[in-house]
Amino acid sequence: MFEKSVAELGRALLAKQVSAVELARLYLDRIGRHKELNAFLDVRPEVTLLQARAADERIARGEATPLTGVPVAHKDIFVTRDFASTASSRMLKGYMSPFDATVVEKLGNAGMVTLGKLNCDEFAMGSSNENSYYGNVLNPWDTSAVPGGSSGGSAAAVAARIAPAATATDTGGSIREPAAFSGVTGIKPTYGRASRWGMIAFASSLDQAGIMTCSAEDAALIFNGMLGFDPKDSTSVDRAQEDYTRGLTQGVKGLRIGLPREFFGEGLQPDVEKAVREALAEYVRQGAKLVDISLPNAALGIPVYYVIAPAECSSNLSRFDGVRYGHRAAQYGDLDDMIKKSRAEGFGPEPRRRILIGAYVLSHGYYDAYYLQAQKVRRIIADEFQQAFGQCDVIAGPVTTSVAFGFGEKAADPVAMYLSDLYTIPGSLAGIPGMSIPCGFGARNRPVGLQLMTNYFEEAKLLGVAHQYQLATDWHKRLPPIVSDR
Amino acid sequence: MNWEVVIGLETHVQLSTQSKVFSDASIVFGAAPNTQASVIDMALPGTLPVLNKGAVERAIRFGLSVDGSINRRSIFARKNYFYPDLPKGYQISQYEIPVVQGGKIAIVSPTRGEIEVQLTRAHLEEDAGKSLHEDFQDMSGIDLNRAGTPLLEIVSEPVMHSADEAVAYAKALYSLVTWIDICDGNMQEGSFRCDANVSVRRPGAPLGTRREIKNLNSFRFLQQAIEYEIQWQIEMLEDGGKIQQATVLFDPDEGQTRVMRTKEDAHDYRYFPDPDLLPLEISEDWIGKIKTQLPELPSIKRDIFISYGLSPYQANQLVASRQTAEFASATFVGAAQAAIPDLANWISGPLSARLNEESLDITGSKVSSEQLRMLAARVADGTISGKMAKEIFEAMWAGEGSVDEIIERKGLKQISDSGAIEKIVDAVIAANPQQVADFKAGKEKAFNSLVGQVMKASAGKANPAQVNGILRKKLS
Repeated sequence: MFEKSVAELGRALLAKQVSAVELARLYLDRIGRHKELNAFLDVRPEVTLLQARAADERIARGEATPLTGVPVAHKDIFVTRDFASTASSRMLKGYMSPFDATVVEKLGNAGMVTLGKLNCDEFAMGSSNENSYYGNVLNPWDTSAVPGGSSGGSAAAVAARIAPAATATDTGGSIREPAAFSGVTGIKPTYGRASRWGMIAFASSLDQAGIMTCSAEDAALIFNGMLGFDPKDSTSVDRAQEDYTRGLTQGVKGLRIGLPREFFGEGLQPDVEKAVREALAEYVRQGAKLVDISLPNAALGIPVYYVIAPAECSSNLSRFDGVRYGHRAAQYGDLDDMIKKSRAEGFGPEPRRRILIGAYVLSHGYYDAYYLQAQKVRRIIADEFQQAFGQCDVIAGPVTTSVAFGFGEKAADPVAMYLSDLYTIPGSLAGIPGMSIPCGFGARNRPVGLQLMTNYFEEAKLLGVAHQYQLATDWHKRLPPIVSDR
Repeated sequence: MNWEVVIGLETHVQLSTQSKVFSDASIVFGAAPNTQASVIDMALPGTLPVLNKGAVERAIRFGLSVDGSINRRSIFARKNYFYPDLPKGYQISQYEIPVVQGGKIAIVSPTRGEIEVQLTRAHLEEDAGKSLHEDFQDMSGIDLNRAGTPLLEIVSEPVMHSADEAVAYAKALYSLVTWIDICDGNMQEGSFRCDANVSVRRPGAPLGTRREIKNLNSFRFLQQAIEYEIQWQIEMLEDGGKIQQATVLFDPDEGQTRVMRTKEDAHDYRYFPDPDLLPLEISEDWIGKIKTQLPELPSIKRDIFISYGLSPYQANQLVASRQTAEFASATFVGAAQAAIPDLANWISGPLSARLNEESLDITGSKVSSEQLRMLAARVADGTISGKMAKEIFEAMWAGEGSVDEIIERKGLKQISDSGAIEKIVDAVIAANPQQVADFKAGKEKAFNSLVGQVMKASAGKANPAQVNGILRKKLS
């Protein structure tokens, strides 16, 4: 049963081949058996089973949606009423939110059953999940490798099939990179599609919720319940509700797939390039055309991102001052000292580093040279994508330069770590939808992801293009050895 | 040698919306601490601001009323600093592009007459919470009820040259914001607070270093604080000292300002556009709609009153508030042109004195505009004397009925029958031979005394003009 997709689980539930309570027990049991992965931070079976019972009643009443009774787990960046919400930080250890994030609420309204909260990099800052206060998440394919980050727990949970789907968030690649490293399907929608209400903010102009699943079809089904305008988020886009599964049946014949030259240059490891080229060949076999395109300033994405994201985070994280909630130092002198000590103790090294960078680039006399300049380049990068989409329908390329690296390999060198997001950051800066789908294995049999991007609001097309590949291949159905071994 | 004083004001006007500027929590004053703080106001993780359109609408109303330009696109920015009653660690304000740019307010300066004070800008922002230091031993309490209350910060150019001018400006501004109904005007509750930037210089010299007096919430404190500050700065300079740029607080008990912080420890607020809020776009249509809903402004009303024959001084008094002006307009309707200056005096004089005594707003006046007009008409037609009118006014205030009812009941109708007056005059002349002799000997005072006797004998009802005439004729 755990090998089934969200779509299949939904159908099995509707056909009463399995109950929501049985499914919840099955996954809770699997979570318990894969504790070594450290994917989950908070599991409360009584809460999960209560939701499952409600789902069963709903199915019995004949009011089910295709998602009712299907389990899901949430990245610990989303606040939840029934589970602690920590952002993987000491700062919020044990924090209980009085409200649910909109994404959590919407999936709950669709009838999905919450399995618990997933580990991630602290405040979603990182590319390896090595920045969690609550410890590393292991890559199910190779437990000596990182699962990617920041949504490492989400990727590992879906890869190990201890959750059929997991919410995630992407700021500069935090869905696509771990999806690639852990061999699962991960998609971030257009900025503004998913409500940010209840997402603990890292960099507001970039943060966007998305989903990790075993397939594009599952992601489309979940997007139907998850996305949509939210008046509580001023940056949420007010557009009519759409059916994200509508593109799944579209073939790729005649589809123009743009390959940015800059994504196939120096630094790209041959094992990754090989898997990506083979995936592209599959599209050609199906009738798509490959088009050479250029995103000349894509490489500037990294410096631009590491000005804008820290600037916003330095301000977003100011609310964690030990005054109203969260960590407060046990010993302090005056008020200033209380705030300083609480923050110094509550934040790990990566948030501290980014707060310092952010405060620096926003300070008087530096703002124009850094923040304003970065915003201009961000605009240029977004414009380059628009030009590119004049020549192609979809952009494709690698998600990362290499397969998942080992623990500690890059932890000592922040800049090397930051370069992990070279191919994902440009799309985040532009705010376009992007996804990663499994397309084979590279060195040490670690997974490789194919990145696909479309223009704004073309998620249905994007999911359809991914689905066509998954109809012809089975990379997304492969299970890590720890799962097969069980 | 002379000193020239230069003053600019930054005024925080609390907008009269139902709810906060970025959340739906109520802004009603005086609730138990933290009962009006939503998850947004408390800055809980995951919360986001949503702009209250009512606050924007009020800002537009202000901009139109001062002839400022409304930016079609303005930006909310974050002003970053740590303070326990600032829950997000930043205040959402407007920095580079405010909602209103420019504008002007007409005031009457005691030394320069009618002048216009130019405005720099007006921008929307949120208020902070309050730290409560008294109620807890070794601790401070935080009340976030005020956090997120909508404010319009109105910045004047540094064009005022005395405390009197600054106060005249503040009063005119106060009158305007209450007039156009964007502020409840409750100064005790902090709905209208001024920061005054004060500097002095030799005439013609470049601007001196300024000190900013923070948070003045009464016109009296504004006056006292600026006067003290001017004196202090002049003395400092004349003693050969230098002014350090500083933010100061006024202590009303001591009547002095004291330094809160100097430029050296000024914050770097690290302003940047708030990524949680889209640029504020204001359509031509919206502005047009608000324009049609604006009440007649005090400057227009004042010109109308002057056209009725009132002095500029009288007209200014009547436009001190929209309610007063409306009451005056209602009073003047149907009154004889000649009676209008008298009616104006009634409103600014006895009526306002009474309202002040009882802390009433003019809408709570116990004498209606109609009765006031009637009262003046009865004086004009000779039915009653001016002195009696005062008595009748007080009786009406006490709820004893209409003008005519009181005249009737109290028998206050003036005696204008010359036959009747002559009789009384004759009796008084006969009873006071000494005063008659004194008058004939040239003592004018004796005449007044005789008039007084006649009035007394008529129980104050004799028409004083007629008494004068008849008495003079009989004595000549």
